[in-house]
Amino acid sequence: MNSREEVLGVLRENARQSVEDIARQTDMDPVEVERIIAELEDDEVLRGYKAVVDWDQLEHERVRAAVELNVTLDRETSYNDVAERIAKFPMVESLHLVSGDYDFLMEVEGASMSRVSTFISEKVAPVPEITQTVTHYVMESYKEQGIVFGDGEDDDRLSISP
Amino acid sequence: MNPAERVKQVPPSGIRRFFELAEEMDDIISLGVGEPDFSAPWAAREAAITSLEQGKTSYTANRGRRELRTKIATYADDRYGLEYDPDEEILVTAGASEAIDLAFRALVDPGDTVAVAQPGFVSYVPKAIFAGAEPLRVQTRRADEFRLTREVLEAHGAGDADVLMYCYPNNPTGATMTGEELSEVAEFAREHDLTVFSDEIYSELSYEHEHTSIATLPGMRERTVVINGFSKAFAMTGLRLGYALAPPETAQAMNRIHQYTMMSAPTTAQYAGIEALDSCADALAEMRSQYDRRRKLLLSRFEEMGLDCVRARGAFYAFPACPDDDAEQFAEELLHKERVAVVPGTAFGDGGAGHLRASYATGLADLKEALDRIERFI
Repeated sequence: MNSREEVLGVLRENARQSVEDIARQTDMDPVEVERIIAELEDDEVLRGYKAVVDWDQLEHERVRAAVELNVTLDRETSYNDVAERIAKFPMVESLHLVSGDYDFLMEVEGASMSRVSTFISEKVAPVPEITQTVTHYVMESYKEQGIVFGDGEDDDRLSISP
Repeated sequence: MNPAERVKQVPPSGIRRFFELAEEMDDIISLGVGEPDFSAPWAAREAAITSLEQGKTSYTANRGRRELRTKIATYADDRYGLEYDPDEEILVTAGASEAIDLAFRALVDPGDTVAVAQPGFVSYVPKAIFAGAEPLRVQTRRADEFRLTREVLEAHGAGDADVLMYCYPNNPTGATMTGEELSEVAEFAREHDLTVFSDEIYSELSYEHEHTSIATLPGMRERTVVINGFSKAFAMTGLRLGYALAPPETAQAMNRIHQYTMMSAPTTAQYAGIEALDSCADALAEMRSQYDRRRKLLLSRFEEMGLDCVRARGAFYAFPACPDDDAEQFAEELLHKERVAVVPGTAFGDGGAGHLRASYATGLADLKEALDRIERFI
């Protein structure tokens, strides 16, 4: 593993660590770690650092939906053109071109179900290339970005063992 | 009823008293745990569950399910160049611990001498004694980073022993040995006609060089019992699944005892083991890389706080020298004042005096917190 990959590995595990702690875990100098992170950011490899939130633990609920999008393209319009147009909406959390029965898989997040519905019917569906939308509201989240929600497994190991 | 003499000869585990102290206390962070903090990979657990659903609750063949032995043979060959025949030379056991016990009982006669490298795992000397052997404690040296050397073997008169028992990567020191370093030991074993019991349970956790098994060195296969298992690599300690690799007559002798005492290794665990070897290489690599990061963090922090620690290259332990002369007292005070548990080195033999074993089989957040507390304490 090269040092870029090592730093990425540590950040992907937990991005909220001091440069010193990252340096310790990778046997590097903190200055070097700082440089690598800056470089990864400049190269647009590292696109951001965000918290993984279990919304169920909070009072105010967020509404999320996975939306299937079908599109028809013409000579002047490509998948990229459609994607760029949709991705610019802040409510769109993620957007992927996928194989299978539909073209795009879009994740939308909003403050209420009506906000999400309105967004899809008024902003997404009218896009000329989009021929069909199928919206799946998320009812429960069990795992997000590799983190399993729920109580977790207790550490029931003996406190001292040989 | 009176316990037999050989039982009386063995004192209770030195770790016991400390364990009782720690158990009485709430919210301690323990760096005293000798097993992974991960659970077994889900695929392996699911295979175990499925086997139960399918009613696979009978004994298996004494030597273990053939499918498992075949997979072990392929794994040992691919990974370490250990070529063993699944029908004649592989024995699946209830943990590596059983395999070690079988090796002693199958190959050691009363009065034989067993040279045991220390600091080492707590059970080797007792097992030698239970088998009627005389233990000869060979203390590796801090100056050698706790590796076994010809000089140390000679200094302790290990040439007169019948068996040499050691474990690398090592519990409790975190020491590892390269093929080159091992060849010195191999040469010594050949010269003095020693049988070698090589406990390689931490073989997957060697961070700075590839693990080499002594059995792959010239003239060693016929005099070595390789002991390994699923506990440490696949975080399956509670499932009790290990194995021994040995030449046919030795495997047969060990199986003779195994078939009358254990019958067969736990069936459910065997199904988990098959799946572990089949599909859990990525999970293993992920666990290894997490241990490795914690190891580097721990060693850096020790250095920064002035704790003198030989570079730990394997397993999930570091073995710093205790800043006080009395490591037991230090560990006890650390536990009471800062609620961090480490194990005094003497639990692993006299050679461990003045040292502490710190295990990094603990989540990163807890590990950092424990290190902060240790720093504050010293």
